[in-house]
Amino acid sequence: MNSEAKKQLIKKHSPGSSLFKDLILSFIFGGGICVIGQLLFELYTTLGLDKKLSSTVVTVTLIFIAALLTALGIFDKIAKHAGAGTLVPVTGFSNAVVSQAMDAKSEGYVLGVGAKIYTVAGPVILFGLLSGVVYGVIYYIYSLLGG
Amino acid sequence: MKRITKINSDIHFKSWAAVGGYEERRGPLGEKFDFCDMSDKFGQTTWEIAEAEMGRVALNTALSKSGLSHSDIELLVAGDLQNQCVASSTGLSSFGIPFLGIYGACSTCTESIMTLSAFMNSSETMQMGGAVTSSHNSAAERQFRTPIEYGGQRAPTAQWTSTAAGAFILCRGRGDVMITEYMPGRIVDGSTSDGANMGGAMAFAAFDSIYAYFEESGENPHNIDAIITGDLGRVGSDILREMLSKELPGTEALHNDCGLLLYDMKNQDAHSGASGCGTSASVLACHFLPMLAEGRLRRILFLSTGALMSPSSLLQGENIYGIAPLIRLESGKETNK
Repeated sequence: MNSEAKKQLIKKHSPGSSLFKDLILSFIFGGGICVIGQLLFELYTTLGLDKKLSSTVVTVTLIFIAALLTALGIFDKIAKHAGAGTLVPVTGFSNAVVSQAMDAKSEGYVLGVGAKIYTVAGPVILFGLLSGVVYGVIYYIYSLLGG
Repeated sequence: MKRITKINSDIHFKSWAAVGGYEERRGPLGEKFDFCDMSDKFGQTTWEIAEAEMGRVALNTALSKSGLSHSDIELLVAGDLQNQCVASSTGLSSFGIPFLGIYGACSTCTESIMTLSAFMNSSETMQMGGAVTSSHNSAAERQFRTPIEYGGQRAPTAQWTSTAAGAFILCRGRGDVMITEYMPGRIVDGSTSDGANMGGAMAFAAFDSIYAYFEESGENPHNIDAIITGDLGRVGSDILREMLSKELPGTEALHNDCGLLLYDMKNQDAHSGASGCGTSASVLACHFLPMLAEGRLRRILFLSTGALMSPSSLLQGENIYGIAPLIRLESGKETNK
């Protein structure tokens, strides 16, 4: 049997993900996290924080909640249903860092946790920084043009 | 090319043991396991050592069931999924038995039994040997995929690496379950680099071995009660059955897969089924060997299926290669008649 025939056979018998269900669930969970963020924002501004500081504290709070749920072994059970709903918000980043840190702990704090903590989250940091640089250059040129 | 070796001297399974974790206990075969640790940790602090301990417990259980001492065993053949097969060497070190570590990915169970029987078949003096195979879900996830608590979605074609071990004591002479033939597998291109579809990739290797067996032996499929593969899961089993129905009509109905038996496919989150070399080892030990011993099965072909790849080879876009060594097991009750 040639390679193409094998590929066809695999494709024929491999069920795909349920796109509709995944989209709905990720919308509900992702939207839910945004609602929680907004409620926290309202809470912090009511407590007297200014808007800029409130946004930062909301992010920190969501990161903490996701880290706590990861440590308690709850996050992955939610995320397997939520998909992109928990992955895309800052909760996904928090989970990627904390879960990797938990895994690496048995290999020591320096060569384990220290060296491996960004194994999963690394691409987000690298390409996040790079896109920040690109955005900065565009912004600089735009400002030179009198924008 | 002659691939099948007939075992001239009688070799039988003296005893066997299956050890598992939480999900394995919850599965349909759960009560047949000799021991399951509901924490998956086996009293250890790391997943890797937990797997080593699981292998040790499996061999210890098989030894005590046979009434033998570790000093009676002349050779141990064992393997697992961890880098450098360190679970086997760590877990089995305390027995002080001469050791051969092997790697066959998830084909390790059949490979270890085959290797051991080849040694016993060619030796005039060797009386007893042991074969041990283990895999641990958390150790495998850490090594091959993402961190254990990472929140991701698995593809419907993905499989669940079992936390399970099987240990087998082989002994010269006649017994309730005999191993009568073995046939090493060939390395067969799975034509996919999708690490979430290893069952599909391995199906072609399983077919290659089954087809070659019937072609070379001329055996009538009616004489075989079951053809059991290791961990093809739902996707791989569907592919294999389609190929068998075309090329060896009638044999597809004899097929079953340990990866479809270990977990409740509806209520456990196993997706396409169980995988990991502990799957075929534990299902052979807790399900098929007892059936053979009781005479409920007479003759079976047993093929653990291995996906030969590494995390690096997958990232580099290389195909997954499959391998399926085959052993023929017969009920002693049948052959004694």
